[in-house]
Amino acid sequence: MKTEAPLGLTPSQTVGPYLRLVLPWPDGPDVVPEGTPGSFVLSGRLLDGHGDPVPDGLVETWQADPAGRFNHPDDPRGAASGPASFRGYGRCPTDDDGRFWIRTLKPGPLPTPEGGQEAPHLDVSVFARGILVRMATRCYFSDEEAANRADPVLSTVEEDRRETLVATAESGGYHWDIVLQGPGETVFFDV
Amino acid sequence: MTEPAGALHARNFEATHERLDLPEYERPQGLHPPMNSPGYKSTALRSPARPLVLLPQRLTEVTGPLFGSERVTESEADLTRAGPGAEEAIGQRIIVHGRVLDSDGRPIPDTLVEVWQANAAGRYRHKVDTWPGPLDPNFTGGGRVVTDEQGWYRFTSIKPGAYPWGNHYNAWRPAHIHFSLLGRAFTQRLVTQMYFPDDPLFEYDPIYNSIPDPKVRQRLVSRFDMEHTRPDWALAFRWDIVLRGTGRTPMEEPHED
Ligand SMILES: [Fe+2]
Repeated sequence: MKTEAPLGLTPSQTVGPYLRLVLPWPDGPDVVPEGTPGSFVLSGRLLDGHGDPVPDGLVETWQADPAGRFNHPDDPRGAASGPASFRGYGRCPTDDDGRFWIRTLKPGPLPTPEGGQEAPHLDVSVFARGILVRMATRCYFSDEEAANRADPVLSTVEEDRRETLVATAESGGYHWDIVLQGPGETVFFDV
Repeated sequence: MTEPAGALHARNFEATHERLDLPEYERPQGLHPPMNSPGYKSTALRSPARPLVLLPQRLTEVTGPLFGSERVTESEADLTRAGPGAEEAIGQRIIVHGRVLDSDGRPIPDTLVEVWQANAAGRYRHKVDTWPGPLDPNFTGGGRVVTDEQGWYRFTSIKPGAYPWGNHYNAWRPAHIHFSLLGRAFTQRLVTQMYFPDDPLFEYDPIYNSIPDPKVRQRLVSRFDMEHTRPDWALAFRWDIVLRGTGRTPMEEPHED
């Protein structure tokens, strides 16, 4: 259990308008390399409280591999079984239309400590000028209806807002918009 | 020492096969700025109107990308030599260094630290920065370093200038360097800014002052570090970064090969 921490945490500040100086990587959107069997593109737009595109944002994703494993010491089930080229992490700056994309594989479902199962999902971070603290959300998949119905996180979200967390299958991949505020506002999480 | 790593691993796996034992990261209250901070106008349309939903920390949250030295070249630690021109950047040379730790005091080794900043005149090499401060052909303003085994990072740059911005009449940002840290888990991801001691612009800056607790704001201010200045070459500033911890007692982790 958490007791008094000996060191004071560093507070957050905005990423500002000039993140393009270093944060975009040439291979940033490639969670897997182009041509990886089973890979698809997840894309969408980042929109503000007026429905206008956010052209100076950064969207990051983190996910399990198709077997539901993480190549990370805190996944107690052991090493990932996915392809070596699978990075799990995607990073894409938004363009003038607020558009972002990643190339990835669908993650597997995950066991929970309580004995349940989480539906396939990505954890997503959003940064931009005017965002003082990283905004965290999740992206699920529209063609995982049964798994989504049983997902312990989606079930804590008001029913009429759940669809903001679900990417829609379309030809070649999935579409998912992130709305920072207002009508259709994406559900953001306290992580 | 005691038993082979393989046996330990097998035992751990067996024990966790029944129940996942995951670290639990602290959830800071009142630390960060409120998302909607009226003094900083750009937050008005970019902050959620609905309350955040509590997300339990499960596998996706307690893991994260572990990027280290493979994404960095040594030259990226010197911003004074990274510009498109062939010469050294103009400005007061500085060494910026410190440690990346978690709040339990554990160093975070081999983790990527990305930085970016304005030049000595306060101008960014970026198409949307158009105020009439001079550009320096020898300064790009981006750098990357990786922490060592004890969590230390270090880079060389020039001291950035203050710059005007459109938030309110005659608004100037205090001199700062932007930092991006991945840490070792999704819960630890942090983007922030480092400031310099005794900046007269602090009291006027709505971004610095968006942090509710004045004592917490000061955690973003580096300190002048005489000991690490380089004689006849550069000043030095020390700034430690503390990411969320788990409250687990610091201990040697078993090595697995
Ligand atoms: Fe800045």
